[in-house]
Amino acid sequence: MADMGSPDGSLARRMAFPALRLARRNPVSFVAAVVLLLLVVIAVLAPWIVPFGPDDTDPTTALAGPCWPHLFGTDIYGRDELSRILYAARVDLAVPLASTAIALLIGCAIGMLAGYRGGWLDMLVMRAVDAVLAFPALVLAMGLAAALGNGLGSLIVVIAITQVPTYLRLMRAEILRAREMEYAEAAVTIGNPVRRILLLHLLPNCIPPLIVQATLATGFALLTMATLSFLGLGIQPPASEWGEMTAEGAGQMVTGEWWLFVFPGLAIMVAVLSFNLIGDAVRDILDPRMRGVR
Amino acid sequence: MSALLEVEDLAKYFPMKRLGGAGRIVRAVDGVSLTIGAGKTFGLIGESGCGKSTLGRCIMRVIEPSRGAVRVEGVDLAALSPANLRAMRRQVQMVFQDSTAALNPRMTVRRMVEEPLLLHSTFDRAERRDRIEHVLEQVGLGTDLADRYPHELSGGQKQRANIARAIVARPRLVVLDEPTSALDVSLRSRIVLLLERLREELDLAYLFISHDIATVKYLSERIAVMYLGVIVEQGSAREIIGNPRHPYTRALMSAVPIPDPDIRPNRFVLRGEVPDAAITVRGCRLLGRCPMAASVCTEAVPVREISPGHFVACHMV
Amino acid sequence: MSLLEIEDLVVHFDTDAGPVQAVDGVGLNVEAGEIIGLVGESGSGKSVTGLAILGLIRPPGRIVRGAVRFEGNDIVGMTEAQRRGYRGRRIALVPQSPRTSLNPVITVGEQIARLSRLHGGASRGDAMKRAISLMEQVGIPDAGAKARQYPHQLSGGTCQRIMVAMALTSEPRLLIADEPTTGLDVSIAARILDLLRDVCVRTGSSIILITHDLGVVAETCDRVAVMHGGQLVEAAAVRDLFRHPSHPYTRALVASIPRIDADIELMPIPGAVPSLLRPPPGCRYAGRCDLVMGRCRIARPPLVTIGAGHMAACFATGAP
Repeated sequence: MADMGSPDGSLARRMAFPALRLARRNPVSFVAAVVLLLLVVIAVLAPWIVPFGPDDTDPTTALAGPCWPHLFGTDIYGRDELSRILYAARVDLAVPLASTAIALLIGCAIGMLAGYRGGWLDMLVMRAVDAVLAFPALVLAMGLAAALGNGLGSLIVVIAITQVPTYLRLMRAEILRAREMEYAEAAVTIGNPVRRILLLHLLPNCIPPLIVQATLATGFALLTMATLSFLGLGIQPPASEWGEMTAEGAGQMVTGEWWLFVFPGLAIMVAVLSFNLIGDAVRDILDPRMRGVR
Repeated sequence: MSALLEVEDLAKYFPMKRLGGAGRIVRAVDGVSLTIGAGKTFGLIGESGCGKSTLGRCIMRVIEPSRGAVRVEGVDLAALSPANLRAMRRQVQMVFQDSTAALNPRMTVRRMVEEPLLLHSTFDRAERRDRIEHVLEQVGLGTDLADRYPHELSGGQKQRANIARAIVARPRLVVLDEPTSALDVSLRSRIVLLLERLREELDLAYLFISHDIATVKYLSERIAVMYLGVIVEQGSAREIIGNPRHPYTRALMSAVPIPDPDIRPNRFVLRGEVPDAAITVRGCRLLGRCPMAASVCTEAVPVREISPGHFVACHMV
Repeated sequence: MSLLEIEDLVVHFDTDAGPVQAVDGVGLNVEAGEIIGLVGESGSGKSVTGLAILGLIRPPGRIVRGAVRFEGNDIVGMTEAQRRGYRGRRIALVPQSPRTSLNPVITVGEQIARLSRLHGGASRGDAMKRAISLMEQVGIPDAGAKARQYPHQLSGGTCQRIMVAMALTSEPRLLIADEPTTGLDVSIAARILDLLRDVCVRTGSSIILITHDLGVVAETCDRVAVMHGGQLVEAAAVRDLFRHPSHPYTRALVASIPRIDADIELMPIPGAVPSLLRPPPGCRYAGRCDLVMGRCRIARPPLVTIGAGHMAACFATGAP
């Protein structure tokens, strides 16, 4: 294999082998990953694959149970549940993923600086983190959502804020550990400036636990958003969103229209479960020790 | 001949705080001076707690000394801006004791060895590639190992990779911190011979820090003996090993096992064990253990040149 | 009858890839009151031999064949209960890394005393008195106070002395010291060796000193056995081994270590220890030997006597 000096060449090829090995070693994670991939595909293709428009009302078919062509039934306005659930996948995946990504970025950046520099910066940051963590995440989210309004952007920001402290603390702890290692000292002695030490040497070695945490947190972010919507603080009707749909459906439980509550709830469950279960697989992919195994 | 490395009265103190009590100061290095000429090997020996590793780290500027100066080719490192200090690092490199921990687990050997070139040289990609291959060959690592990760290498190979990284940018001085201690006995002599060959080929100077006295003697022209943060004796390797004068050096040399059963060990014994480095002693640090101690030993210790180039810090010698 | 007779000991470790032939037909005698050094690189099988003597070969290791006769009784054939009658009592181990071998949450005096109570059934008070007495015997100053301290409060040298004291608790006839000086500072190591010699003289017990350091062997041992690749290649009185080393490996070993008493040219031993998973037929040193002949790769040289008390396994230097 001719190497042109670039170790990150042909990432796709190097991912193929691990993928098959992963399937054998972590079958559960592999299934979860496939499910997630499916959900993402659904979300992306939603406008083209939904049988009905998610906002198409039809009073004549209102509150119908699962039948043909409404496989998941219809709601009180005659909207097709299946279409709404498929369409809601866009929001219900985009928001958690976006907020997790933002939180990861911010948490890593601040955590790295705080951990490496130490001193007053570290102290300041940690006290701020302590303050934020004093609030239960949900309560914090509720408060922020009430303050910032319930547009999509604000939701992303709100959920991101609740996650930042976790990544910050994790990254800081990892940096504190890694900077004592001899390879970090070696990075200094060969003449690296601090930014290279942080980005090229420490970050790659410190980030795996955060990535694994992020997969779990994404599931929790989804739950947070669904809860906020359930409580009326998140996505407002008539937009489709699993949490909001569950809230509507909860209202109809008494009259027996179970499909309005169960299917959105199941969608949330499947998505969250899948996020939780891919953690093992992600950890293995990121371990260089696994790459070399033939 | 101007010295390549000059260390002058270097000291490093670590304050240790105690819960609810008075703090102590650990005087890890307490006034060390030495010079190393270009192309020479200087051995630094001592037992655990003597401060030799801390001294190495102060010289490499991994930690900041509390006092004293380190000059490389006449330039005081403390006076350099951070950017200039980084540039200076091309000249002074280090090989670490724990060869596994010193390698970034996520970098291939090639990338690791390439890094000093990226930082300090103006080579283009092809030139870097050539230099890397040349260096890997020099240290005895086949180029087929270049794309391996550290966990795929054996102990001896890892140490060779460390050495390759240290010499790739053609430094003038390499600080070797216990380079062979973690290696199996059969590998040690190979690494020692490799180091010697590299020194000749590349005109390197070495600061060889180790507690393996026989190996230090093999490679070094000059040797300094450290005890509790100070140099107690300094001289040519021949003099220090063959004619040690300081009581601590004598005790140390008499304890080194010799693979010859007819030479019975003639132990020069010091009482007790190495005390906590934190106990501040005004006079000689060997007080309390030395069989030759007298009342004068509680006063500051003079450094005497008892023969050309042979210095001893002792009242009684 | 020797105190310990090892005869044709073969130990394998079962792995997924097949058995690792760690010890391959080792025979050794240890007499009463002598210190015998067991020397070799890592992978030579010296530590495994020590474990076999203590009856500590557990799966995936197994003793394929051979005898380990201590005071006439074969340990290999014993049950675990019978072996426990010997281990720690008649045969004791001084392990490597004293700090990790000691229990960090029990005072050192108590750790020694427990052994007294376990092996000898002594009362609490007597056991502690004996522990302090043992600590004095191994040269720990202020033993009474030190007995009440924990391992992390003591120096490495003192911890190693505690290990020796523990080994001596039941007055064993045979001590196995596994790399007792590795990791210790030179001056501390020297004192531990002096202590071991002193113990041998005072109590008359024998010591098997497992080490890779020829200097340690030269200073401390009466006889030496050299191992390579799981096989015993040479055994002799210490003077004979250093004056007239016969086996090429022994000679190469002596020439590969730097020494402070002489300026020698370092000659590292070429090659590496062969794989014990698929060891080559014939002599396992053949791949590294400068005197190798065709015969060496086919047949295994037997251990033959080439002088008084001096045996070597080499076609080129003595075996027929």
